[in-house]
Amino acid sequence: MQYVMTTDITAPAAPASPASPAARNRRSGGSSLGRYILVRFLLMIPTVLILVTVVFFLIRLTGDPITAALGGRLPADQLAERIHEAGYDRPILVQYFEYLGQILTFDFGTTITDRQPVVDVLVTYGGATLELVCYALIVAFAVGIPFGMIAAAKRDRWPDAALRVSAILFYATPVFFSGLVAKLIFSVWLGWLPVSGRADVRTEVALNRSGGTGIYLIDAIATGNPAYIQDVLLHAVLPAVTLGLLTAGIFLRLVRTNVIGTYNMPYIDAARSRGVGEGRLVRKHAYRPALIPIITVIGLQIALMLGGAVLTETTFEWKGLGFQLAAYLSARDFVAVQGIVAMIAVIVAVTNFIVDIVAAFIDPRVRY
Amino acid sequence: MAKNSLFARLPVIRQLRQSVGLQRGMLVAGLVLTGLFLLCALLAPLIAPYAYNQLKGPDGNFGAQQPPSAEHLLGTTVGGYDVFSRVIWGAQTALMVIVVAVALSVVIGVLLGLVSGYLGGWVDRVLVVVADAIYAFPTLLLAIVAAIAISGGQSGLWPGVMAAAVSITVVFVPQYLRVVRAEVVRVKAEAFVESARVIGAPTGRIMFRHVLRNSTRTLPLIVTLNASEAIATLAALGFLGFGIEPTAAAEWGFDLNKSISDVAAGIWWTAVPPGLAIVLAVLGITLIGESLNDLADPRLRARRRASRTPADAVAATQPVAREDLGEVQ
Repeated sequence: MQYVMTTDITAPAAPASPASPAARNRRSGGSSLGRYILVRFLLMIPTVLILVTVVFFLIRLTGDPITAALGGRLPADQLAERIHEAGYDRPILVQYFEYLGQILTFDFGTTITDRQPVVDVLVTYGGATLELVCYALIVAFAVGIPFGMIAAAKRDRWPDAALRVSAILFYATPVFFSGLVAKLIFSVWLGWLPVSGRADVRTEVALNRSGGTGIYLIDAIATGNPAYIQDVLLHAVLPAVTLGLLTAGIFLRLVRTNVIGTYNMPYIDAARSRGVGEGRLVRKHAYRPALIPIITVIGLQIALMLGGAVLTETTFEWKGLGFQLAAYLSARDFVAVQGIVAMIAVIVAVTNFIVDIVAAFIDPRVRY
Repeated sequence: MAKNSLFARLPVIRQLRQSVGLQRGMLVAGLVLTGLFLLCALLAPLIAPYAYNQLKGPDGNFGAQQPPSAEHLLGTTVGGYDVFSRVIWGAQTALMVIVVAVALSVVIGVLLGLVSGYLGGWVDRVLVVVADAIYAFPTLLLAIVAAIAISGGQSGLWPGVMAAAVSITVVFVPQYLRVVRAEVVRVKAEAFVESARVIGAPTGRIMFRHVLRNSTRTLPLIVTLNASEAIATLAALGFLGFGIEPTAAAEWGFDLNKSISDVAAGIWWTAVPPGLAIVLAVLGITLIGESLNDLADPRLRARRRASRTPADAVAATQPVAREDLGEVQ
């Protein structure tokens, strides 16, 4: 059953395989949206399973996590006792299946260094990362799409050249370096923006006391104090732009290539021959079909951004999931690392599922 | 074409001849930057004034966080190393990682793609599902996990280089698998493969002699893109503290991590040089990759005026001539 489905599904993921998707389309009958959603939903299971398995065995290759975290700091007999207590002296396969069972109940383990359930780490710090990724996506869209259209319209002339070189430059600059440079210029030299963190200490205390979502902008709006809102927004500018421009470069390239591609379509020629102006051609005719590939890659981009968030958060001391992950990494707390990475795998799989469904609603050709 | 045909058919050279205008400019800029990077990497012992782990000169210790001066062109780091020397030596580390990572992922990825695409069946399905799952995952996180597995997180030169290279390989193999597999599936349906099978050529011979040779046209492009990604991933791993120890080799990401606190104090010379080195190296290789990509896609290729050569007029009307793509006939 599983295999039958996977053949059907991998076709859209790898469109280059010429195994006649048209024939397959006919075979699957009405190709209803409901069936597509179900198949997509079921495909999340092997994806998560594979990732969790890979992560589990890779991390266990080095030995048990207790020795990695505490080895050298505890006497050998205490170490052995803690290893036995945690069950790390049992056969690896037993531990693996136990781990799978735990994940089914959303138990991603307990960190060694500060004895916190990994799920709590997500609840405490996930909001901050979500906030950062949302800001960055807004920057990426606001910069990438309009400039990609301009580059396509001015193809092979100087605006195109300048935009493409800067897109490559954005892509080539690691987020932690662009973050450091932005910090140096705008915070240290010009003093316009705060150096690091998500808010001033005073704001942070006030927001944490009022409880709330952990997404500071929402919390600040809830307090109704404009000083807090301003403070939170000012702190977000540099991290959001740093992370957003990375993806903006990718969006720009994608929009440019696709607008140029649709520009060569017969219906554009037809519109042009009717006397539609060049600017309107790009804005109204060529750009909409060119956006569909963006929606399909946005899932991948969000995954990339979660990786970029680890670096951005470390650079700006933005206390989110990525910052926490880096902290656990340097503390060599591999249970925490494994838990956070496995959790991100689930988040990525769910995001991809949602993106696929949205893409199917927008573009009927996607449904197989 | 006839005289220096072998030379002219080499991957980058033929694209250079094919390109015009802006595209040629980008390709040339990329080649120059990459050339500089290679020079720094290969001639590091000659260019760098000091060793990457040198702490003192003839007149005593270098001192920490010294501003740029005649003795130290770009100053010294928190740890008291010469920044300029470490930037130059860093190119060597980066090059080693690129070579090992790309070689490993090409060999493994191409083999898996060939097997997956040609043999099909359940092997194919499993490989594709696994590759898709890994492909959708944040590459950096996967690289971190792989680095933990390989080195336990900290290491000297060779273990460090191998850890970074293998972590990057884990990330890249799915990409090669997908690309080569797609090509193999296409080539498999061609008549010459069928005729080879009819003659009775063994499967291995068909796979390696007939299919593989015709399925590698997109490889130079992916190799360049992955080489630049390898530099970025190595630096990111170093930045997160999975770098190579400063006494074992120079690594740009590690140096950047150590400079975070310097930046807040307004010390720019420890952060900017290694960062710029990463940017220029990635930029150079990416420019080459981008140009190869555009030149391989007839929709994106800028064309010479048709009057210059008759062949270009043909190329302008016919989508892609087979030989244009560097296919071995």
